Amino acid sequence: MTDISAAFATAIQLLITLDANLIEIVGLSLQVSISAVALATVIGLPMGAALALFKFPGRGTLTVMLNALMGLPPVVVGLVVYLLLSRSGPLGVLGLLFTPTAMIIAQAILVTPIIAALTRQVVADLWVEYAEQMRSLGAGPLRAVPALLYDARFTLVTAVLAGFGRASAEVGAVMIVGGNIDHVTRVMTTAIALEVSKGDLALALGLGIVLIGLSLAINAATFTAKQRAEAAWT
Amino acid sequence: MDLTAPNAAPSAHRASAANTILPLRVEGLAYDANGQRLIDGITFTLDAGPRTVILGPNGAGKSLLLRLCHGLIAPSGGTVTWQGATGNADAATHQAMVFQRPVLLRRSVIANVVYGLKLKGTLRAERAEIAADVLARTGLARFKDTPARLLSGGEQQKLALARTWALRPQVLFLDEPTSNLDPAATHAVESICQHMHDEGTRLIMTTHDLGQAKRLADDVLFIHKGRLLEHSPANAFFETPASGEAAAFLRGDLRW
Repeated sequence: MTDISAAFATAIQLLITLDANLIEIVGLSLQVSISAVALATVIGLPMGAALALFKFPGRGTLTVMLNALMGLPPVVVGLVVYLLLSRSGPLGVLGLLFTPTAMIIAQAILVTPIIAALTRQVVADLWVEYAEQMRSLGAGPLRAVPALLYDARFTLVTAVLAGFGRASAEVGAVMIVGGNIDHVTRVMTTAIALEVSKGDLALALGLGIVLIGLSLAINAATFTAKQRAEAAWT
Repeated sequence: MDLTAPNAAPSAHRASAANTILPLRVEGLAYDANGQRLIDGITFTLDAGPRTVILGPNGAGKSLLLRLCHGLIAPSGGTVTWQGATGNADAATHQAMVFQRPVLLRRSVIANVVYGLKLKGTLRAERAEIAADVLARTGLARFKDTPARLLSGGEQQKLALARTWALRPQVLFLDEPTSNLDPAATHAVESICQHMHDEGTRLIMTTHDLGQAKRLADDVLFIHKGRLLEHSPANAFFETPASGEAAAFLRGDLRW
């Protein structure tokens, strides 16, 4: 109990004093996860739409694989990206290992299947309703993609949020490719892991509370905006 | 609604005189689903001009026949030929269809019309003007910026018609366009259809509403169990149907 109450006290203290270290860590966490989600969205939306709309051999297999990839273990992704980016790896010359860019790449790989798989489902359902009308108007699946993504926009926001939740909560991938270097690649989840291993459970939990609060705030803001827009556009 | 133009305008002839994808020749058309023959050996020709109503009980295959003619589904046998068209693309761009349940995009009323024009390849500069014009003609001008999905059922169907009217199709298929609408909205939809007909659009419509068929039909295709039983001028069909099934359907006691 003392640990938990101490954790809340620590969390509140961190927030009230606007601890410079905390601000830096939170800032980097947001920067990495938002960039990764943006990248995953740019890749995942068209990928999901294509999988929903175009018939090609192996589509079923690809869909199953994509759905399975939603559960990719972050440590494994981190390890693969580590091997690719390490000095002796194929992309070693880029010198990206232990940089925020490497963390963005790893998280984007984790998040893309989530956004693509959810997009595929949403667009496939919408296409059932739209197909005949769109084809009558002269739009085959390819020309219909922008309109379908636009009309699915409210549901897709939820898909992107799910991706963001995944990115901001994972620790395994960023730990391996980032290295948890203070002032360089330390983010909230790796900082929590570090404090746990150091035995400062109150600080670790305090950071955890800040992370959850942040996630809550982002979701609440998006939810409210989405509710308003949806009521106006149904 | 400004739908008071005289019906006497001989614009139906305009369509037949200009380049047209008609006549529509349907030959030996068949369609199977799940091992069942749903459309069976239908043959007919539709020339430019009159309004055709496809009549028949529920499940007769009316909607399927429209979809086959419009090219939305591929036939299992037989052919659909637009004898005046220079090619498939030419035939496709000059047809439009209004569905029983309108599918409107989740954007504003005018944006729905503009989207149709965009797909047709209308110049960007002309789209807004054409869209505003058809919205005014269909009485939807005041809803211009309203999200389309918030319109009432009748207004949604009027918008679906406005969207096709903007495309000035040579042939318009209508699949029971008023089956979900109240009498006032039904009347509005029928007036819009009439005006498109007056402007030279060839109407091909399904309905199971006999009153509507009598109001709108110049000739009738009567379908029963996937077969074409009659193709005759409307007056003749309603006064002296040739088949027993059609007579029973008109009496309202078709057994099947």
